[in-house]
Amino acid sequence: MSTEPEFDKHSKTYTTGHEWDGIKELNTPLPRWWLWTYIACIVWAVGYWILMPAWPLVSSYSKGVLGYSQRDAVAAELKDTRNSRNVFAQKLLSSNLETIEATPKLMEFALASGRAAFGDNCAGCHGSGASGSKGYPNLNDDDWLWGGTLEDIHHTITVGVRSSDDDTRESDMPAFLTDEILTKDQISDVATYVMSLSDPAIKAPAGSAEIFQDNCAACHGEDAHGNRDVGAPNLTDAIWLYGGDHKTITTTISYSRRGVMPTWAGRLDKATIRSLAIYVHALGGGE
Amino acid sequence: MTKLSSPPAVSGLAKGLTSLCLGVGVLLALFIVARTTSSAMAFHGYIMIIAFTLGIVAIINLGFGKGGHITAEASPAGVYYNDAVIKAGVIASAFWGIAAFLAGIFIAWQLAFPVLDFDLPWTNFGRLRPLHTSAAIFAFGGNVLIATSFYVVQRTCKARLAGEIAPWFVFWGYQLFIVLAATGYLLGITQSKEYAEPEWYVDIWLTIVWVVYLLVFLGTLMRRKEPHIYVANWFYLAFIITIAMLHLINNLAVPVSFAEPKSYSLFPGVQDALVQWWYGHNAVGFFLTAGFLGIMYYFIPKRAERPVYSYRLSIVHFWSLIFIYIWAGPHHLLYTALPEWTQTLGMTFSIILWMPSWGGMINGLMTLSGAWDKLRTDPVLKMMMVSVAFYGMSTFEGPMMAIKAVNGLSHYTNWTIGHVHSGTLGWVSYVSFGALYCLVPWLWKRKELYSIKLVNIHFWISTVGIVLYITSMWVAGIMQGLMWRAYDSLGFLKYSFVETVEAMHPYYIIRATGGVLFLLGALIMVYNLWKTARGAGAAVPITQAVPAE
Repeated sequence: MSTEPEFDKHSKTYTTGHEWDGIKELNTPLPRWWLWTYIACIVWAVGYWILMPAWPLVSSYSKGVLGYSQRDAVAAELKDTRNSRNVFAQKLLSSNLETIEATPKLMEFALASGRAAFGDNCAGCHGSGASGSKGYPNLNDDDWLWGGTLEDIHHTITVGVRSSDDDTRESDMPAFLTDEILTKDQISDVATYVMSLSDPAIKAPAGSAEIFQDNCAACHGEDAHGNRDVGAPNLTDAIWLYGGDHKTITTTISYSRRGVMPTWAGRLDKATIRSLAIYVHALGGGE
Repeated sequence: MTKLSSPPAVSGLAKGLTSLCLGVGVLLALFIVARTTSSAMAFHGYIMIIAFTLGIVAIINLGFGKGGHITAEASPAGVYYNDAVIKAGVIASAFWGIAAFLAGIFIAWQLAFPVLDFDLPWTNFGRLRPLHTSAAIFAFGGNVLIATSFYVVQRTCKARLAGEIAPWFVFWGYQLFIVLAATGYLLGITQSKEYAEPEWYVDIWLTIVWVVYLLVFLGTLMRRKEPHIYVANWFYLAFIITIAMLHLINNLAVPVSFAEPKSYSLFPGVQDALVQWWYGHNAVGFFLTAGFLGIMYYFIPKRAERPVYSYRLSIVHFWSLIFIYIWAGPHHLLYTALPEWTQTLGMTFSIILWMPSWGGMINGLMTLSGAWDKLRTDPVLKMMMVSVAFYGMSTFEGPMMAIKAVNGLSHYTNWTIGHVHSGTLGWVSYVSFGALYCLVPWLWKRKELYSIKLVNIHFWISTVGIVLYITSMWVAGIMQGLMWRAYDSLGFLKYSFVETVEAMHPYYIIRATGGVLFLLGALIMVYNLWKTARGAGAAVPITQAVPAE
């Protein structure tokens, strides 16, 4: 209902005279502090527009009198970081890996760089403590599939395992069941044989040693100590990548595993890969 | 002096035409079921067939055997208000509110304990998160907005809602949209646009429902017996119109086929990103802000029985808000491939937006001037006042986070999640709870609520919940931001990403606990509202209609 403005005793203000469902409105002027803050924000924004890139024009935009550009700022920051690291990075590239380990300053830098790179690139599979998990090797122990010297580790990181790299580390254990090389019973027997290699309490079934020698020894060796040239693991050390119980070993022999590690050559720069090799080598198992 | 309006009736022509349209809908849904290769879309086709068929039956039944007359009781002022559809809206709001809070709590625990995804596609975080956000914003918030806007526009215009079928079509059509969207997420249908995940056919359905909503609202405004349009209705109208525009443009897409759920956006690359966040930010601005300011402008002065603080402030802050909000979207894309000038505009307009937002807060808080003592006795009013305070806090925090230097730290962290929830839990939910506490006794014609004490308990439990939620996310977010940018003395990142995730664990538990408290409060509310509607305790039924004057 439209009525005459009335005086509100509490606020000492008149109403507008409008009323809707019992609701009236006071004719209070805009709060001064509100209005001035509002204006100040607008003035600040106009100032910012003059200084910084702000408004679209026909084919370009207003660049701002400060000449600031976000892209240039990022490029400059990246350049700064690169420069600050460059002294050491250059030395990492030019020194051989053993020299780096022997030079404390350089070693400190390599470990810091390696730790940072490991956390964001390797920890996803190998774990943040590099202790690995099923299918992903523990990098703290001295059991190495492809060798544990600095050079070996460096090469593995660079080319990966069964990766897209032309020089990738590649081993090809047959799937003895699917490829119809062995029968289920033979596989079961040889699995028990493999277990017996690291556990004297287990007795190898008759004939299983022959199966091993005929089918496995070519890569794993007659003494089953493995062969790092072809990435064949040592089967006598009780360290298992997928598990050492009878069922898991049977599965491994039957179907093969063929785990994959990507090549890092194109993803990380050379200095970072060298740092990573040094970091992994220094974890405890390095040879 | 009010002319007694005639009792409502529905014309046979309107019934026939609407049934015909729904019949066409059944045929289109049949086409989808017959042709689609997607089992999820076929499932949606069946839902549509059932929904449209039930719709036809309901429309034929409307006023059947009564010569088209609709049962309605005249208010003391002589207006036959359409309250039935609002009652349905209140029930739907309570239902979807609980559903949304449950989904939120579940994914909050999932973040703390990822094993809770059960390794199933339907319970994956990626599918449940949009389920939570859409349930909270659109199912809960949307139903509250539709129900309160229908109530407010009738009372402040002294007119019955336009149309007899249309308001019900809006209500049930909107529920159908919610069901299609929610089941779609669970089954893996999404166009991957935040707050706009439903695919093209659900978007088309929402467009139809929304246009009818606009027509009902405008039609009611045109029937008004008051010379002026009340401020709450400006906000509701701005909300309805802008959401229509945002929804239409952001969802422009080309479906791969008329029987397949997949579509491709009309906009490429960074333009798509900008359109998305122009939509996304204004969904916050016009859905969660303008719409709920409409609620505030009616329910606070009504409950406090005080005049609105300043008419002039309401005009100036309304037009400022409407004009400036629409520019602020790019602040979601600072330090990205978005052109730098666009980022500058997004940031500066966000700062300018601060005072227009606070205009609403001032008008809400100062309306209580002269009635502050009511905060001691009326926890419903207290809840709405605290909601306005949270509104003020969030609309200060928002512009601050839009400043590039602050955003560089806060972006992509849990701080953003905390900010959103201080707005949605503190502001949107609290003002909605306040409105629901008001509406149930008014609509069901009860003297008062079943228990004022329970309202107070609800208030304190959920306030503790909100505080736990926001503070844990502040700490978690700032910590996350600082960890991401921490370098050691040799210039290498100090923390790996996994370490920053691990550091979140205790805060995720605190946040989820806050969420549980918030749900507990809401359940107490639903119980209280249920008892009120049943007429238990202090909620004595009143035989005479509530005096409107």
